[in-house]
Formats: sequence, C-alpha cells, structure tokens
Amino acid sequence: MTVRAADVVVGTELPERTFAVTRADLVRYAGASGDFNPIHWSDRIAASVGLPGVIAHGMLTMGLAGRAVTDWTGDPAALVEYQVRFGRPVVVPDDDAGVEVTVRGRVAALLDEGRARVDLTVTSGGEKVLSLARAVVRLP
Amino acid sequence: MTLDAGLVGRSYPPSAVYEVGRVAIAAFAAALGSADPVHLDAEAARAAGHPDVIAPPTFAIALTLAAAGVVVEDPEVDLDYSRVVHGEQRFVHHRPIRAGDRLVATPSIEAVRSVAGSDLLTTRVDVATEDGEPVCSATSLLVARGAS
Repeated sequence: MTVRAADVVVGTELPERTFAVTRADLVRYAGASGDFNPIHWSDRIAASVGLPGVIAHGMLTMGLAGRAVTDWTGDPAALVEYQVRFGRPVVVPDDDAGVEVTVRGRVAALLDEGRARVDLTVTSGGEKVLSLARAVVRLP
Repeated sequence: MTLDAGLVGRSYPPSAVYEVGRVAIAAFAAALGSADPVHLDAEAARAAGHPDVIAPPTFAIALTLAAAGVVVEDPEVDLDYSRVVHGEQRFVHHRPIRAGDRLVATPSIEAVRSVAGSDLLTTRVDVATEDGEPVCSATSLLVARGAS
C-alpha cells in the first residue's frame, strides 16, 4: 500500500507502531552500522560512565522511528528529510523481552511538491526518548 | 575547554571511496527489522523504479559518523571524545543510497557553541558519488559534557 499526497491532511495519523529492542538487536545494529561503542553492549562500561545500564544506539531508535514512517508511506525513498534530538537513553535489559519503543506520528504540515511534514512522538516506558523528531516525506 | 569559533566553516578532505554493497544494505535493513523487498531484492527494487536495492534512510550514518570522526580527531578541535554524546541528527536526502554506489563523504564544521560548561559541535558531512552527484547530507550535533 502506498500513501498518496491526496490521501493526507494536516492531522492524519500514522499507524502506531511498537518495536521490541533486545540486547541481540543492539549487537546486530552494532555490526550493521559499525558503531561498536561499548555502552551499547557492556554493562561494566555503561555503569562506568554513569548510565543506568546498556543503552540502545540513538541511531537505532531513530532508524526504528523512520520505519514507522516508511512502512506507512510504503516507499523508503519517500523520506527526504529526517531529524531527531536524542532526549533520553533507552535502557535495554539483558533478558529475552528487551524494552519496547513506541512510535506515533501525525502529519503536521503540507508542503509544496506533494511533500508533507510528519511529527513523531517516540516513547519508551512512558517517557519521550526522542524530541523534535520530524520527517519530510514526498508522496506521489 | 571552549571550542574556537574560528573553526566554523572548516572543511576536511573527502573520505576514501565507500562502495555500497547489497549485503551491507540487507544487514542494515535486518538490524532495523525491515523486510521491505526494496532493501533486499534487486528485482523488487527495479520494479519500484530503482537501479538496484536501496538503503534505509538512516544507512548513511555508516559512512557519515566515521567521516565526522575526522573532525573530532582534529587536534585543533580539542573535543574530549570520552565525554561526547550524540545530541541530534539530521539527514537530507537527494536520492536514496543504493547498491553499487561509490560514495565519498566530505566533513565540515557547521557550528560550535558552549552551553553550561558543555561544548557543542555541529558537523556536516556531504555525501556524493565519486563523480560528484550529491546523494545526501548528514548533520550531527555532538555534545561534550563538561566535567562536573
């Protein structure tokens, strides 16, 4: 399914998405991205820098929130601008369930050339983990 | 430990060529849990109008964070990397990154600020093909928390 520019208005809501993030996901993301910072895999190092535990790569959270947008548009190429502020770390426990990241999105503005701005609300454990999370999509 | 405002606008030489492979794109998509065939299957990507599989929109970080590292390691920048956290990230895409791309990343310093004892460095990395076609730009805010 592809969302078309004619289908969206200011206030159109994206389907809410929830992504589970486990330690295995952090290892996979480290390998795929080349970001091997030990705060994303070592409890010892995370504690030594004052973190409450191993945390997810901010870019993993950003990537998952981006999926909520591109799965909605039906076309990853539609995402032409994307920005976030990393507000609060996502602590990932060493268990099988991991932690949940929930992404909500809403069309905040219609721009020229079939583009729309989507504002995202990204939370984990009821707390906002990204702020100023905005995407611009170009819709057919 | 305040960053020199004269650093703003400083640019660095282009990176070595990064050759984008299908396997790297598939691995990145898998790491985000995406099974969208445009990331995995060249035929599906072509059917969607792309020359080959395309990368998820945040894939560029695999090139641009390393390129921004050149800025952080510049002795004149004097940023304590052990205290650096990633504050903000922004991408502007001219077109999707795709398998077969031969990309170069050119870093520069967009802004420096000091706020409440922390140093804030904004790097910008422009990604283009080795032939000069613009592909994307990535802007990163790096925050070196003040020792307190």
